[in-house]
Parts: sequence; C-alpha cells; structure tokens
Amino acid sequence: MIRISKEDYQKIINHALSELPNEACGLIAGRIDGEDKRIERVYLLTNTDQSNEHFSLDPKEQLAAIKDMRASGYLPLGNWHSHPETPSRPSEEDKRLAYDKNASYLILSLMDREAPVLNSFHIEGTDAAKEELIVE
Amino acid sequence: MKITVSGEVKEVKEGLTIAELIEQQNVENPQYVSVSVNDEFAKSEDFATYELKDGDNVEFLYFMGGGR
Repeated sequence: MIRISKEDYQKIINHALSELPNEACGLIAGRIDGEDKRIERVYLLTNTDQSNEHFSLDPKEQLAAIKDMRASGYLPLGNWHSHPETPSRPSEEDKRLAYDKNASYLILSLMDREAPVLNSFHIEGTDAAKEELIVE
Repeated sequence: MKITVSGEVKEVKEGLTIAELIEQQNVENPQYVSVSVNDEFAKSEDFATYELKDGDNVEFLYFMGGGR
C-alpha cells in the first residue's frame, strides 16, 4: 500500500496538466513502514524528451532530488509520470525501463482531462501489479 | 583513500576507477547507471579509466524513463 496526501496528489495533477501536450514526470520520496509506504515529498522534474509519448528524467534535477531526500531523511520510493492520451497502466516501454522491483511507479492518465486517474504499480520484468494507492 | 558513495564514506584503494567502484558496489543494471563525481557527470566511456581521488563524492543515478 502507498499513501499520498491530497496536496501532493493535486500537485502531480496540476503539473501534468501544465506540461500538456507532453508527458510530465518526477520522483516520489517518503517513509516505509513494513509493507506501507507514505509519500512525504513529490518532485516535479523536467521531461528531457519533451514528448507526449516518452519521458526521461533530467539527471541533474534527479541528482538534486536525491540529495534533498537524503538531507530530509526520506527514502526514494519511485517515480511518477503522466500519460496524456492513454490509460493509467504501464506501457511496454515503461516495463522495459523499470529496473527496480521494489519501486512504486505512479502513472497518471489524463485521457479524461476532467477526471484524471492515478494508479501505482510494482513492475518486475514484464509483470506489472497494481499497488493499493490511498489519497488522504 | 576515502570517498563518499551515495552519502556513505568508504575506504577504497588509491586510483580506484569508476568501473571498479561499480563492480565493488554490486550495482545492478549498470547499463542504466549514470555516475556523478563532485556533481559532474562522468562519461560512461570514461568509467574504465576515470580514477577517483581522495575526498571525491560519488553518486549513482539510474536512468528513469518510459513511454506511452
């Protein structure tokens, strides 16, 4: 299970909407208690691909985020990205580039601009399993 | 000599290369890893010859990306 505050949930949506038509992306960090993860900080990073079909995190911003996590006592929990025109599920490319089976991969679908859908997944090889996501 | 790797101070041999450090640290999927030394990214083609110095601060960063 992974928990996110309403504020951070909205932060992701607002940023993803502002980046349309391109995909938006970032990192998530927080705490882990047994099987439960809590997102304490959401990082909004530049999609260096500037594409509506692909994303790559900016390495310099990624490095700054990792340092901020460490300084704040947070653990890296995974990443997030948006799908401007497709559902909230990992694409084949998402699976191929998901190297960390312990990470949470949040995918925000903006197919319906008025009703964004955010899901979290664990990805291992070609298998993707939805992780319970609680917005609170 | 001492270097800092992902926030942890480590004692390593003089002249350790980035490639050797990657192997020592058992970095998984090294093909997806970028390495920064003192906030400057090293070129992957230089990993085998890039010798680290005492006091260097090394970070491993995994490429993160995907697509629709």
